[in-house]
Amino acid sequence: MSHHIVEFKDVFFRYPDGTEALREIHFRIVHGESVGVVGANGAGKSTLLQHMNGYLMPTSGTVTIGDVVLTKKTRREIRKKVGVVFQNPDDQLFMPTVFDDVAFGPLNLGLDEASVRERVHQALSVVRSLDLRDKPPHHLSAGQKSAVAIASVMAMEPDILAMDEPAANLDPRSRRSLITLLKTFKHSKIIASHDLDLILDVCGRCIVMRDGRVVADGPSAEILSDRSLLEENDLELPLSLQRQVMA
Amino acid sequence: MHMADALLSPAVGATLWAGTAAVGGYASKRLKERIDDRLIPLMGVLGAFIFAAQMINFTIPGTGSSGHLGGGMILAVILGPHAAFLVMASVLTVQALFFADGGLLALGCNIWNLGIYPCYLVYPLIYKPLLGKSQKQSRIIIASVTSAVVALQLGSFSVVLETLLSGKSELPFGAFVLLMQPIHLAIGLVEGFVTAGVISYVHGARPDVIESVSSSRPLGDRVSLKKIVITFAVLAVITGGVLSWFASTNPDGLEWAVEKAYGRSELPEKGQGIAPVLKAIQEKTAFLPDYNFKPTGSASEKEEADPGWPGIDAGTSAAGLVGAAIVLGMIVFVGMGIRAFRRRDT
Amino acid sequence: MTFDERYFDIGRLDRLSYKDTCVHRLDPRAKVIATVMFLFTVISFPKYEVVALAPFFLFPVLLMTVGEIPILFIVKKMIIVSPFAIFIGIFNPFLDTRTAVVIAGIPVSAGWLSFLSILLKFALTISAALLLIATTSFPAVCHALRRLGFPALFVSQLLFLYRYLFVLMEEAMRIIRAREMRSFGRRSTGMKVFARLIGTLFLRTVDRADRIYYAMLSRGFQGDVPTLKRSRIAAADLAFMAATVAFLAVFRSFRVTEEIGRIAQELFL
Repeated sequence: MSHHIVEFKDVFFRYPDGTEALREIHFRIVHGESVGVVGANGAGKSTLLQHMNGYLMPTSGTVTIGDVVLTKKTRREIRKKVGVVFQNPDDQLFMPTVFDDVAFGPLNLGLDEASVRERVHQALSVVRSLDLRDKPPHHLSAGQKSAVAIASVMAMEPDILAMDEPAANLDPRSRRSLITLLKTFKHSKIIASHDLDLILDVCGRCIVMRDGRVVADGPSAEILSDRSLLEENDLELPLSLQRQVMA
Repeated sequence: MHMADALLSPAVGATLWAGTAAVGGYASKRLKERIDDRLIPLMGVLGAFIFAAQMINFTIPGTGSSGHLGGGMILAVILGPHAAFLVMASVLTVQALFFADGGLLALGCNIWNLGIYPCYLVYPLIYKPLLGKSQKQSRIIIASVTSAVVALQLGSFSVVLETLLSGKSELPFGAFVLLMQPIHLAIGLVEGFVTAGVISYVHGARPDVIESVSSSRPLGDRVSLKKIVITFAVLAVITGGVLSWFASTNPDGLEWAVEKAYGRSELPEKGQGIAPVLKAIQEKTAFLPDYNFKPTGSASEKEEADPGWPGIDAGTSAAGLVGAAIVLGMIVFVGMGIRAFRRRDT
Repeated sequence: MTFDERYFDIGRLDRLSYKDTCVHRLDPRAKVIATVMFLFTVISFPKYEVVALAPFFLFPVLLMTVGEIPILFIVKKMIIVSPFAIFIGIFNPFLDTRTAVVIAGIPVSAGWLSFLSILLKFALTISAALLLIATTSFPAVCHALRRLGFPALFVSQLLFLYRYLFVLMEEAMRIIRAREMRSFGRRSTGMKVFARLIGTLFLRTVDRADRIYYAMLSRGFQGDVPTLKRSRIAAADLAFMAATVAFLAVFRSFRVTEEIGRIAQELFL
């Protein structure tokens, strides 16, 4: 087995209306790595994530997950390996109760009832939300929703977690507990976010995107402290670093 | 204009439930044949959309009163008849449960009146031909308004029929029709304009959306006129048959069935024709069986019509009242007792 | 009712349905079937029946008290939907003027009796429907429907409807508020504005449906919405059903109310 768990090779993507959303994307992620993807609105972060499990297919180039090249045929296989957590938990939690939602993935994997229950229990206890299991999602707070959204993906036991703005709409305390939670995961992670402090905290590596291209790729501590690089790309220093600079 | 449980007889309620269930089963089957995966979440979310949209009121110009969105027509335009019907049935189900609009037995009637007409009759027979191939705003308006008016006229006329067949209301047919149809003409006009407004807005803002949504619908344009006519003819015959059977047995068909099952209703010896049977059952089941419906003044005609009302018995009527008071008192007592017990418990 | 009132009203009913009492814990199928039987029995009473309906109030009162559902809330909801039944029923006293009963020397017409009967049936049927949903969560009702034979496709999309009901009501509320803030006190929404408002909501809804579909695909969706069966009919459910059937049969077949009245009269008069 290759130790490159995610590989994008010369990936281009054009939307049907002609917008070039990804150009010449090239990068590899190895086992256990946590990678942040940052960039201004419209830089192509979400489009990139949507290639991770084949919701979008590259116009040209290849995406490889583990040993499997993403094609229409392998899409289903790949979706078992890559768990995608969406920006808006209301889109992610589409089932009428927390239990049904977390069970949705395992049931689609064809597991028997006992294993499904076991997985649901496991996933909910990881995010400390077992007591929410019979609630409908619209009775949950934003923080609870995001925890359950993560559980619903974890229940599929993916190798890789791909997350789009996991901390959007969270209050400071929920955001903090999310960060703590993410740090405990041993999965390879790829996190797209505007929350540069979260990236700095959780991800060892950081990719900067602009106009569909990767413009920088390196250790988060280096990239996220490079004020001129960030400002060129319509970003700014993480707050924690701004404070250090001032002090 | 939701039909209500309290105005229904069991026969009418059950018949319309059966008809609605048959159409619902048919629609589900047709959708399953070539369903696009995308349709299930889309239908659900659009149902929630219609529900939310119906909660928003708008002002009807020049009147100051308010109206809301119908829903059936918009759904049919977007999803095609089968999916639209199921979504409309779902919206009405949720309304029946959460708002108690109408009630659960009348739900069959309400789905029939507000779901089947717009989706299976008006959309293919009126909306599509009127719209033709053009997407001009004027055409959209004409098609939507005509459709909404016809759908609501059919719906409200059905409410009249359902109520009269149930026999709980004294309203004569003519007066009832005059009461219902003009109001719904006005509502239909308003609904039609709003429907047209929404469709043209969506068309103008994002023409791709209607196309992409419609393309995911399984058999949008394959509903043939012939099939619809035949289906409706069959449904009408069945419904008519069942209802007239009930009606000929007793105006309250199921009640008669219940009586039979409970073995309380014996047929009279001289059971020639329906009238004596009817009368016998009426006597057994009418409010306080021993009452006389005494003619008051000019209503002597009615006396001739109902010659068999037995003599009045003031004793029984008092017994009924006293009994009702005691029974209700006991129920209130039980309720308060449980409540007090619960409160002490917690 | 304004949009906000309806929104909070439906939210409150929804929250009640997730309470944990022994009524809530009954199998949803048992409650659905019992409710339907109750409804049919109530409306099977003839047009002029009044006193025999009295004992049937025991059913909603028991559900309400044991299920800890606030009575005023249910009554308020009943009053809100009462106009149609009252509107149609109120004609009866004017059209059917034959004297049916003389109570304390005052003649009461058959029309009044049938109107009163409609009102009682209205109160019984509507409260039974409201109490079903107040004591059974909507997803549980849906699972019951599925297992009672409703088509899978219908039930699946009904569950989606419920899931996104509150999300979309909130979205609609945001759109309405944004509009009100810019309308400077002109309270009413005209037809044209309304159409645009609904159109906006519609477009957002379609986009949301796309995102949901993507989320479903991401978790292995293949066209079926799978769920685990969760409930098993227990002894308590059977007891509840049996009690309901017995209750309905007894009070439908025997004129218990009058008998009680007669006995009371003999005792005290």
